[in-house]
Amino acid sequence: MLQRDYTTSQLDVLEAEAIHIMREVAAEFERPCLLFSGGKDSIVMLRIAEKAFWPAPIPFPLMHVDTGHNFPEVIEFRDRRVEELGARLVVASVQDSIDAGRVVEETGRRASRNRLQTTTLLDAIEENEFDAVFGGARRDEEKARAKERVFSFRDDFGQWDPKNQRPELWNLYNAKIRKGEHIRVFPLSNWTELDIWDYIRREGIEIPSIYFAHSRAVFERDGMLLADNPWITRGDDEPLFEAVVRYRTVGDATCTGAVQSSAGTVEEIIDEIAATRITERGATRADDRASEAAMEDRKREGYF
Amino acid sequence: MDILRFATAGSVDDGKSTLIGRLLFDSKAIFEDQLEAVERTSRDRGTEYTDLSLLTDGLRAEREQGITIDVAYRYFATPRRKFIIADTPGHIQYTRNMVTGASTADLAIILIDARKGVLEQSRRHAFLTTLLRVPHLVLAVNKMDLVDYSEERFEEIREEFTAFASKLNAPDLTFIPISALLGDNVVSRSQNMPWYNGSSLLHHLENVHIASDRNLVDVRFPVQYVIRPQRATDPALHDYRGYAGQVAGGVLKPGDEVMHLPSGLSTRIASIDTYDGPVEEAFAPMSVTLRLEDDIDISRGDMICRPNNQPHAAQELEAMVCWMTDASKLGPRTKLTIKHTTRTARALVRDLHYRLDVNTLHRDEAAQSLGLNEIGRVSLRVTQPLFVDDYARNRLTGGFILVDESTNNTVGAGMIVDAR
Repeated sequence: MLQRDYTTSQLDVLEAEAIHIMREVAAEFERPCLLFSGGKDSIVMLRIAEKAFWPAPIPFPLMHVDTGHNFPEVIEFRDRRVEELGARLVVASVQDSIDAGRVVEETGRRASRNRLQTTTLLDAIEENEFDAVFGGARRDEEKARAKERVFSFRDDFGQWDPKNQRPELWNLYNAKIRKGEHIRVFPLSNWTELDIWDYIRREGIEIPSIYFAHSRAVFERDGMLLADNPWITRGDDEPLFEAVVRYRTVGDATCTGAVQSSAGTVEEIIDEIAATRITERGATRADDRASEAAMEDRKREGYF
Repeated sequence: MDILRFATAGSVDDGKSTLIGRLLFDSKAIFEDQLEAVERTSRDRGTEYTDLSLLTDGLRAEREQGITIDVAYRYFATPRRKFIIADTPGHIQYTRNMVTGASTADLAIILIDARKGVLEQSRRHAFLTTLLRVPHLVLAVNKMDLVDYSEERFEEIREEFTAFASKLNAPDLTFIPISALLGDNVVSRSQNMPWYNGSSLLHHLENVHIASDRNLVDVRFPVQYVIRPQRATDPALHDYRGYAGQVAGGVLKPGDEVMHLPSGLSTRIASIDTYDGPVEEAFAPMSVTLRLEDDIDISRGDMICRPNNQPHAAQELEAMVCWMTDASKLGPRTKLTIKHTTRTARALVRDLHYRLDVNTLHRDEAAQSLGLNEIGRVSLRVTQPLFVDDYARNRLTGGFILVDESTNNTVGAGMIVDAR
């Protein structure tokens, strides 16, 4: 008899694991939601959710924490995708949190709404009584994230306690919580940036245009290229110039940098990433540069 | 390209961080900004060399105290394979973290300092690796440069460890002499050890055969979620009823006769559905949706198997349990929640037969309880039947977790033995 080789490709293994995680959540929690920003990781996560419950619709709503400082291309994409799926989108607005006096807008040249998002997110989780929240974070992104569980427990205050995490064995996830607590769930924990792009290519998934090379007015700050926009305070020593750039990550427009690139297709992006020597967050996120433990500190407070 | 998940065991002194750093660096998985951050921190602390452990020690407390607190997952890839490293700390809560990291590992690397030879902790690492049934074990004899690349020293260590491993029923065992610091036999074969004819460590990791480590014999499909679209607008979907889950064993094909547990009713697989279309076969670790020919009342926590090859439906379990909390102890009459495959029940500890000394393998039958990081043989009674196999036969249908009913914390990990 011919011996069949049951080797499974890395993308198939990662996809099967992520589908398993999503189904566990749908089975064990009453009110899950999926964070959808229109960024590539959440786009992949949304495709996995489609697959996990097909031919039934995705059995939970999507949520976007909207800083109000968006790339219009991404918001257009977000709304179109939500409509295609017939999904329900909850928009939690940082502007609303500011107007309600829950948070105070930062001022000065480096003002950003990045940190304010945490309050908006936690308030929305509480208001909607979400007990499980899917996030697209990956362990390869950042060293504090390398130690986070797939099912990451959050207390009543939405806080993460890295020293007191639940052990996670085999494919068994502990979904037990009390009312008011919740679990952040990361189905893409074991994916790398390259896996995400390989998957986008394999599945032919559409992504917002800003991921591809385009011409844009930018200025340089801390070695990053930031786009000119109404919410950013640019100094006299930060002249604007036109450059061909693309985005490696999509976040708040005031702190997400572009990289110089001519990659116009997913294949070219993959070639570029395979050759790059700088991490995506290191290249493009001012928010992570604040200190050695910037991500850990925000995560403890309840950040994504 | 497939995935190899491996766990690394050893303390900082054994050169574990150096080894991981070298694998990541040589496979270009460390980026310039990460390396710059590590170099900056090393300098600030007055360390003369670039401390690669800073790459994995990501939490503030870890950097401040110079220790690793938790399992860290690291990723790298070569053109042949993607690798997921579960890097477990050497000192604090060792057993708990190593058990966690080993539970999903295809392979474990145990580091031994060539100067010190097989130590108590090497035996402990080997024992835990075999207890968790990691299918492949690599003994990396490190710091060969400090013993003049001596073949004699390497053979001594190999003999001593082989003798010990035979008592453990150790799986596939490979010995590789390396110098993580200088790179000997890590990525490419060393010129310094012409007497060594085996593979370099990376070559071994790239080529070790893991596809047949999964159980492809015993069909086990724990039902995870029932898919019923119930869309009145689409008559084709109106009666759709699919059983979603991740295959835990065996190979399923459309037309196969299958049995549902607990009902014991038999039917056939009508089709194996996925979003990308029906498939001709399903095996671990695929996540699929089964449609069956007959209407049977099936819900989450049930099991689909073959009529002539069933798991044991057990309410009395025998298991090796690792206790993972210092907030309480496990002893007779302890009540817990048990999660096994997709089924959750309550469990009562009937008996603690013995506590195992993980260093000497001595069985302490007088033990009254298990504390943090202790392992023992336990009898449990559960409130509803679990569909189990021996852990040695199938890690997915033989493993379970225990959850404290007051704190909701995961407090124990169990491996079923003598299923009946």
